Amino acid sequence: MELGVVELSRLQFASTALYHFLFVPLTLGLAILVAIMETVYVMTGRPIWRQMTKFWGTLFGINFVLGVATGITMEFQFGMNWSYYSHYVGDIFGAPLAIEGLMAFFLEATFVGLFFFGWDRMKPVTHCIVAWLVAIGSNFSALWILIANGWMQHPVGATFNPDTMRMEMTDFMAVLFNPVAQAKFVHTVSAGYVTASVFVLGVSAWYLLKGRHLELAKRSITVASAFGLAAALSVVVLGDESGYTAGETQKMKLASIEAMWETEPAPAHFTLFGFPDKEARETHYAIHVPWVMGLIGTRSLDTPIPGIDELVAKNKDRIQSGIIAYDALMTIRADKDQVPADVRATFEAHSADLGYALLLKRYVDDPRQATPAQIQQAADDTVPGVGILFWAFRIMVALGFAFIAVMIYFFFRSSFKGQSYPRWALRLAVIVIPFPWIAAEMGWVVAEFGRQPWTVDGVLPTALSASQLSVGDLLFTLIGFVAFYSVLFVVEMGLMLKYIRKGPHIDVKETEAWMARHEARLTSDRGDKPYAAVPAGE
Amino acid sequence: MILSNLIDYETLRVIWWVLLGVLLIGFAMTDGFDMGTAALMPFIGKTDMERRQVINTVGPVWEGNQVWFILGGGAIFAAWPPLYAVSFSGFYLAMFLILAALILRPVSFKYRSKREGTRWRSTFDWCLFVGGAVPALIFGVAVGNVLKGVPFDLTPDLIPLYPGNFILKLLFLLNPFALLTGIVSLTMLLTHGAAWVSFKADGVVAMRARAIGSVTGVIFLVGYALAGIWLAIGIPAYHLAAPVVTDGPSNPLWSEVTRGGSWLAAYGERPWIIIAPILAFAGMGLAVLGLRAGREGSTLLFSKLAIFGAISSVGLTMFPFILPSSLNPTASLTVWDASSSHLTLFIMLVATVIFLPIILLYTAWVYKVLWGKVTVEDVAKNSETVY
Repeated sequence: MELGVVELSRLQFASTALYHFLFVPLTLGLAILVAIMETVYVMTGRPIWRQMTKFWGTLFGINFVLGVATGITMEFQFGMNWSYYSHYVGDIFGAPLAIEGLMAFFLEATFVGLFFFGWDRMKPVTHCIVAWLVAIGSNFSALWILIANGWMQHPVGATFNPDTMRMEMTDFMAVLFNPVAQAKFVHTVSAGYVTASVFVLGVSAWYLLKGRHLELAKRSITVASAFGLAAALSVVVLGDESGYTAGETQKMKLASIEAMWETEPAPAHFTLFGFPDKEARETHYAIHVPWVMGLIGTRSLDTPIPGIDELVAKNKDRIQSGIIAYDALMTIRADKDQVPADVRATFEAHSADLGYALLLKRYVDDPRQATPAQIQQAADDTVPGVGILFWAFRIMVALGFAFIAVMIYFFFRSSFKGQSYPRWALRLAVIVIPFPWIAAEMGWVVAEFGRQPWTVDGVLPTALSASQLSVGDLLFTLIGFVAFYSVLFVVEMGLMLKYIRKGPHIDVKETEAWMARHEARLTSDRGDKPYAAVPAGE
Repeated sequence: MILSNLIDYETLRVIWWVLLGVLLIGFAMTDGFDMGTAALMPFIGKTDMERRQVINTVGPVWEGNQVWFILGGGAIFAAWPPLYAVSFSGFYLAMFLILAALILRPVSFKYRSKREGTRWRSTFDWCLFVGGAVPALIFGVAVGNVLKGVPFDLTPDLIPLYPGNFILKLLFLLNPFALLTGIVSLTMLLTHGAAWVSFKADGVVAMRARAIGSVTGVIFLVGYALAGIWLAIGIPAYHLAAPVVTDGPSNPLWSEVTRGGSWLAAYGERPWIIIAPILAFAGMGLAVLGLRAGREGSTLLFSKLAIFGAISSVGLTMFPFILPSSLNPTASLTVWDASSSHLTLFIMLVATVIFLPIILLYTAWVYKVLWGKVTVEDVAKNSETVY
């Protein structure tokens, strides 16, 4: 692939988005876990829960700040690198982003400072509410971002206006309650909850292995495994919902994930393993599981899922129809004051396919002049990178099931085995720490790489969306981002590890005072005091 | 949606032009003192403890303040998509520098005091300085260039174009007039930061802040006056050649624009707008006097007044222009041809009317909880939890 402005812009967007998404899932989940811990503190008054809140809160803060900082890049890059996109769909896409700021980001950012600085300035219950407001704010933030993203995947409630040469909103409620957006939101935040649960579980397991901070570690595992189990189950169930909506709205993405070249008789099989080959239009060494794909994609046994070749043929028809729309649009634009009624009518009839004609702009300035070969080429372009999608999806799903297994095991040990954990399980929990990130990044790849060649599915091709910058501009910023972000990553990881090694700040005096107040409750019937000593090393 | 017809398109556009100003002013008033404080910090804090005292005056609030900026970006995207598309990509490398500075800033705030080493801390101190000073300067440079007109064009498909070599374009942005407006904006926020530090800190740090602030305030006054004179005689203005349809479709190419005359002619057409520069001069003058005399609360209010006056004077002078094009004046973006659709503007207004008061309420509550001065003793006592 030749590295032109479009490719470099994509590379930059992908790297900065994937980087941003290293911090977001942990923020989403850890905010809630911290708020849960503080709630327990407020309800029981036990200092250990306050210390847990502060400890995990510190790690949350180190992570949060990079999520915020790299999020600014995301908001700016639409305008900087995708200016035609911003012009073309800003009327719809900008609104959820702005509402995100108004409703969610202001909330989380205003209260996060108070969370860290306000411990001694308010009552515990007020501080706990502040922690919840941060958690609610960050999760609402995800909602609005995914409403915006859902519109790129499945553009609803908008129509093209020939006068302004852009898409304009016609139905805000349709944008808001876009089924794709809703499915994506719940799937994505659940993935964040799993990430944070695995993180808390793994770090706590490491403490248990080292024999440190047992009080904090055991309680943290209990919270993380319970919350993580619910999250791991819902991430898979809601991921299935995402798959189902894709079956309805993004058939090409679904067929590509499955490397399903031809339409198969319903119910379609699921390809567990194989090597998709785009040139040969077949999947080598494929292992099939009958029926499963038909069930996931259509939730029925008799609805066929269209294969890639059938979809390409359909898209070719839509390109032809789009050319008619484009021709009508040029007539309208030539003399905007005197447009014959039939031209308007022709445009309205074909305007839903206008985006398909724009696919031709890669090959010819005026889509009306396109040769049949170019039209075929553009239709073939509508197939995303099947091999990458196929594997990214399978890695994500396999990891999703693995997290359920891990969470079931730890939940079981914490609930029914007196919080005793074998060393192999603790080691496993430490090893598992990075994997939710891999799953989350794979999820991004499936969703966004699977959207290609479109920025907005069926409306605006990626090749047309980029700003008219120079390769020099792009190289300068791409190298700048990579260098800058790499340094930040090293700094962040260093601090995370430092604070994990350092462990919680256990206030012995506070703990002893609390124990003295509750002496009666902590004394057993026989008169001994099993909880009397503060464990060594803390 | 029928509801959106409650307010006509023309009015909505004016409302959103005002709200754009409100967001920029809100940003400069709140995040402005964060930037000013960060830029002053290496000079008014000599020891580590003094520097931590300075940083912690903004420690709990900078994050919320920064959202004014994020929201500003989002609101421009939603309400003025062509402006967002053209300005962010047209100022590409300048935007990248702002971005880098704005990423550096939160990271430095958060990470600086998380390790002991002198080198670690002094590195982040200078990162904070850059994170405060560079955006403050570049915002002003951008305003100067907007007043001169920006070299962009639009194709009939409305694809923004910005011909030329990318390095040369960046250098071209740093022309003398833009540098002057850059200094005006930098000194405005430095003075605002000084007013904040003298309000929120005590002792030697507050004293040094007042000393620097009363100098930067005077530089602002001189620079602002010079920029005004330069604008009057040296920068040709933009005009709509023919009366425009104020509630028509947002297509910048539909209105004809010519260049010539002076921007300050606006003060002849709309004499009442003279109030904006008067507020800028008076606010900053009183802020300087306040800094000299050691008054705290009122000084901060006066420097806010100066910000209000200075930013609104630019908007009111240029109205209805938002982003003039020097390359092809007809492609210039105005209030009447660069907005979102009627429906989107209406929905965004509803969202703003609901959420902005709530935001102001809880922000006020947070400031109230955090009321009082930050002292060296506070920082030492809570060394583990504060920055």
